Formats: sequence, structure tokens, C-alpha cells
Amino acid sequence: MKHLTLAAAMLALTAGMAQAQQDTITLGMVLEPPNLDPTGGAAAAIDEVVYANIFEGLTRFGPDGAVLPALAESWEVSEDGTVYTFHLHDGVKFHDGTDMTAEDVVFTLDRARAEDSTNAQKALFTGITGVAAVDPLTVQITLAEPNGNLPFNMAWGDAVIVAPESIDTAATAPVGTGPFTFTEWVQGDHVTITRNDAYWGAAPALASATFKFISDPNAAFAAMMAGDVDAFPNFPAPETLSQFESDPRFKVIVGSTEGETILAMNNKLAPLDDIRVREAIAHAINRQDIVDGAMFGFGTPIGTHFAPHNPDYVDLTALSAYDPEKSKALMAEVGEIPALRLMLPPPSYARRGGEIIAAQLREVGIETEITNLEWAQWLEQVFGGKDFDLTIISHTEPADINIYARPDYYFQYDNAEFQALIAELGVTSDPARRSELNKQAQEMIAQDYVNAYLFQLAKTGVANAKIEGLWENAPTQANDLTGVRWTE
Amino acid sequence: MLRYAFSRALSLAVSLIVASVVIFAVIEVIPGDPASYMLGLNATPEAVDALRDQLGLNGSLVSRYLSWAGGMLTGDFGLSYTYKVPVADLVAQRLWVSLPLALYALALSTLIAFPVGLIAAARRGTVTDYGIMGATQLGIAVPNFWFAMLLVLVFAVNLRWFSAGGFPGWSDPGAAIKALTLPAVALALPQASILARVMRSALIETLGQDYIRTARAKGLSRRQATTRHALRNAMIPVLTIIGLQFSFLLAGAIIIENVFYLPGLGRLIFQGITQRDLIVVESLVMLLVFAVILVTFLVDLAYAAVDPRLRRRA
Repeated sequence: MKHLTLAAAMLALTAGMAQAQQDTITLGMVLEPPNLDPTGGAAAAIDEVVYANIFEGLTRFGPDGAVLPALAESWEVSEDGTVYTFHLHDGVKFHDGTDMTAEDVVFTLDRARAEDSTNAQKALFTGITGVAAVDPLTVQITLAEPNGNLPFNMAWGDAVIVAPESIDTAATAPVGTGPFTFTEWVQGDHVTITRNDAYWGAAPALASATFKFISDPNAAFAAMMAGDVDAFPNFPAPETLSQFESDPRFKVIVGSTEGETILAMNNKLAPLDDIRVREAIAHAINRQDIVDGAMFGFGTPIGTHFAPHNPDYVDLTALSAYDPEKSKALMAEVGEIPALRLMLPPPSYARRGGEIIAAQLREVGIETEITNLEWAQWLEQVFGGKDFDLTIISHTEPADINIYARPDYYFQYDNAEFQALIAELGVTSDPARRSELNKQAQEMIAQDYVNAYLFQLAKTGVANAKIEGLWENAPTQANDLTGVRWTE
Repeated sequence: MLRYAFSRALSLAVSLIVASVVIFAVIEVIPGDPASYMLGLNATPEAVDALRDQLGLNGSLVSRYLSWAGGMLTGDFGLSYTYKVPVADLVAQRLWVSLPLALYALALSTLIAFPVGLIAAARRGTVTDYGIMGATQLGIAVPNFWFAMLLVLVFAVNLRWFSAGGFPGWSDPGAAIKALTLPAVALALPQASILARVMRSALIETLGQDYIRTARAKGLSRRQATTRHALRNAMIPVLTIIGLQFSFLLAGAIIIENVFYLPGLGRLIFQGITQRDLIVVESLVMLLVFAVILVTFLVDLAYAAVDPRLRRRA
């Protein structure tokens, strides 16, 4: 039957008949979201379905990572930088027909920063001392101290505006203000969303979209090839990308993500508390070998914990250039060290990259013991228990260099000078000074060899050649469908 | 017969209780906290603790075991940590994929194996027999996921007769059965190979028995002796294998479900383990244990039906 319609469509095309534009899309995703409430879980898959499609925040990320107005048309800051006033868009309705007002914003932010909040990014809301509805379209947020990052924080998926009437069912039937409404979720198979005809902004071109969950790389390849899915924005089988590149039916989309992939080191545990050992490790690593061997050539080498596509990025790769002789010299100075425990979580960048790093470290006389961990184990033992020497992980949160100011963070970097720098950054709103501070912070952690910085995780996607408007880069983990359309 | 059934039912109950304790203990011992998994890298300790409270993870092991086991007795399997829906609903939804798939595969496997096994036994030592034995040897040796990928490449990617996977739901039964066809074939062929070989050797063994010679001596043709006397006696090992295969197909299709991205029980259990959705894993494993024990129980009863001696002995 499918073939008959296909054949008929081809006939219609060759006969030059007018053809209705296709307005539905099926997207492949590797992981299924555990639930659909972005304010109650960290899973990236939640935002990949709902961000900008179902839910919107006061502000939002654009495709290039810039913070844009969303539900708030505009905002201003008081002289002393502690009071933000957001002006909401008029005439915005939730999908259940109720009005979105300042009261909903107050409810959302109070809920996220409450004592019993289970928001995965609760830190975004620290410093907020009060949220008040001035009138139905004006919200005032009071801060304990100035915070230039507030509009940026409000753009996260964890800060989207929800309504008290519908929040209890958000996990399974989300109700937001976005251009698409939730239609159905067949658990284990797909989620479908449909165009919201009452949307306050520009209507999207797509009438509906289906997110299909395919975790196996071979199955993902077959599903693309068979035409079961139209696009796979985070394609799990990079080794097959060249096959898609040479096929005119498809296009390959390679972009950048916010994922700084690092070889994290336990800065408080001997022998890694010795900067010479950390420096020796950094010089022993050949980044290009790892990008080629573990990532099939996709990924940009980095020398610090900052995204290369950010205008403030400083290229510090030379500071930890591949120099095995220097590593050997440093290790000769330090003397014998025991084998280091290298703990690897499941993603292929860690498992494949770990093998390569272990081999490179052996070249300079540093032995490692590899342990493969599941995510839940990794979180408990490495991230929570800090019981590790080395681990490989991609930090995918945007602009997250501030984690180096948390001395209890799993790699345990404790530098008062750096903490002062980040504190100043938090209260600075002058762009030039902010940029200056960001650069200083990058240099400081690179010079202290806190971690070995490997590469920026690439976003490799495959799509039908006729689809346009998919995000190339991933400033946040999302599949924003508002600008996606089929071309003919 | 009744006493036999009762003694089997009693051992079923004891097995279930022992299994529930073992499952609970093993899964609780595995490192990894569901709350910190759900909240990820940037979560504050207070948020994780608040979530642990909400999920009821802060109680003692014994009280959690009792509330879980007690809930199951009343049909309440608890609420999934990650999906936030009742486990019973999740399982019921997945069962509508896994159970038809298992039955479909079992039917295919039996339909292939019976005639093949019968022919091989009847033509023992001939070229046909050697051919069948060779083919079934291959069928056992080839892993089902490899065979599944081959099917996808041929029938989905190249010929485009089937989609590469997924399940459209039962609202359109034709489409649903079509979606289950490739996975069922992939699952059935190795099973059919095993079953055909068991069938053949069981038949050959019974065909050598004295009573077959007697039956032949009293004038039955070889075919009549086989269908009336040998087949029935050869059924016991065959039934055992069918029972085992059904349990395997229901619980063990994880890899095939991944290859065809079918939303079945295998996928659910796999996701449950990686996401530390302990309550889903515990309840699901318990349910599968129950299914396996139940099938064994039914096979025991079936033995008694085909073999009158078992009824009297018990």
C-alpha cells in the first residue's frame, strides 16, 4: 500500500501536477525521555522534545546560543543590578486555554526555588529573594546581589513557565505555551506533537511532528535508510556518516555542542594533587588521535573548559600540546607513581577515548587501570563519592566554567583566586569586563592543569535533503521545530 | 490428577516467595541512586534529597520490601520512578507487544519444526535427513540478532517491503502484525532449528522401542505406527522445549527488541536498569519469574495429559 502511494506520488511529480507540501516530520532520538516535565529532571531527552516546542521560558536560546526574548518581550535592570523587571507578552495562552500571566511566572519560580524543589538545575535560581507580580503582564525578580546572568538562566529548559492548574500532569501530558501541543506518547516508541493554532507568535510550518526513539546505532542507520525517520539530529552511528554524505537523498549536519569533553582528574587525591603529574598527563595526550580514533574525526580540540564557538574563547591548546618527552621529564622528576584508576561511563567518547588515552599514558610511563561503569554507578562513585583518579566526561551545560569555583565538585579544584574571579563575573554586567573575566578564568584553569581538556563534542546529524531549519549547533539540548520546513 | 496439580501449585507458590526476596535484595544492592540519576550533574544535594523523599527511598529495606510485596498481592505494582505512571500500566502496554510477538514466533517455530523434524526422522540416514540436520545446525549457530540485521538490510533497506522497526499499535491489526513479522521470523528460526532436532531425536528413539515393533507386527504401516504411537510418546521432550522456548521468547527478546526498536518488555527492563528505575525492574523481573514458573507448571500439567503414568504416580 505504501508503495502504491509512493508510486502514485512519483507519477504525480513527473506529470508536473501540483502537489501538497509535506508538513509532518518524524525525528529519531537515541534516548526516550523518562517524562516530559523539564522542571523535574535532568535528562537531555526531555528538553529535546519539549524545549521551544511545548514549553517556553521568559527568555530562550537562539540557534547560535544568544539569549532572546520569549514570553518576556523586554526586561530592564535597576541601577544597583538587584531588581529585574520582565514585561510579558500580551495574549499568551496555555494549551488548556487559560491565560499566561505574571502569577504563573511567580508560581513557576517559587516552585523551582522552594525547599522541596526537585529541579535539576536549582542553582539557576539561587540568589533570587523574591518574585512579585506587579500587574498581570509585569513581573519583578529581586536578587540578593547583582547577577548579570539572570536572563541567561531564565532561558534554560529547567526555567520554562508552567501553570499551577496543569503542573501535576506535566510528566505525562505537558501543558505549555509553545507553538506545538502535546498529542500522544506511546511509551517506548514515540511522542507526537501537533501545531498549536492559538499560538501567540509566528505559526510553525509543520502541522505535526513525531519523535521516534531508536537507541541501537544499527537500527538508527536502517531507519534512516528505509525512510522511517526523516531526520536524526544526534545520529548515534558516526562511522556511517560518509555513506549518507554520498547519498543525494540525505544531508549530513555537523555542528558544535556545549559539550567540553575532558579527562577529569581528582585534584585532591595523591598523586594527582601534584601539578607536575597533571601537567605530564596533559602533555602525554594527542588530542587529534582521540578525535580520529574515538569520534571518527568529528570534534574540535580544546585547551580549556570553554566552547570554541563562543566569542570569548581563548585557544590554549598550545599550553598542553602533545609532547611526550616533556611528560617523561616531568615524571622523572616526580618519581614512581601507582597505577591510576580510569573510570569510564558508557558513552562511546569515553569508552573508546579511554582506551586511546590509556595507551598514550603508557607511552610516557603512566599506568592506568580501566573500569567501565554504568551511568548510575558513575554518578554514585565518581561524581558523588569522588572515588576515582581519572575519568572522561563531556560537560554539556552551556557556559559552565563556574563549576571550577565549586571546591566540592567531583574534580575538587580549590583555588580562592579562581573563586573570586567567578564571584566577580556573577555580579558584572558590563560586556567588555565580562569577556575579560571569562578569558582570565579560561587561562587560570589551563595553567593549573586542573583537567586535561580533550575536544568539543560535535553534533552529527543526518536529515532528508529536503528538510531545512534544523539547528546545526546545540547551544542547549533541543530540537526547536519552529523554523523547520520541507522544501521542494 | 488433582493431587498432582496441587503439589505443583504449592511448589509454584514457594518459588515465587523465594524469588521475590532474591530479586529485591539483589536489585537494592546494585550501586546507583535513582534520584541522583534523574537529576544529573548539576543537581544540588537538597534537590536530590527532596526527590528521594518523594520516591519513598528513605525508608528501611524491610519496610520497603513489605510494602512492595504486599502491594503486588493486591495488584498494585507501584509507581515508576522515572515515567511517573503505574508500573502495571507500563507492563500492560508492553505486554501487548511482547506477548503477541512471543506467540507469533512460537507458532512459526512450531509450524516449521514439526514437519521438518518428522521428515528428518522418517527419512533417517538419507540425503534429506543430512540436509535438514545441516540446515538446523546453521540455524542454531547463527545468532538471532545477526539474522535480524540481515532481514532488515534485505527487506527494509533494500526492498522496502517492511519498515526497519517500530510498532504502530494495535489500532490497525494488519500494520501491527506486519511490524512484528520480521522480528518474529528472526526469533523463530533458531528456535525452530532446536525444536526440529529435538523432535527428530525423540521420534527416532521412540521408533526403536518394542511397542512400535509390536504395532508394526500387528500390521500397521510405518506411517500409522509413527502417527498413532511414536508421535505421542515423543511429545514429552518436545513439550519441555516448547515451554522453555516460550519463556525465552517472552523474557529474552531484549536484543531483538533493540534491533527493531520495539516497545516490548525487554526494552523496558533494559531502560529500567540503566535509569535505576528500581521499582520497574523489580516488578517486571518478578512478573517474568511468575510467567516462567507458570509456563513450567502448565507444561507439567501437559505432561500428565499426554502421559497417563504421571497422573497415577503423583
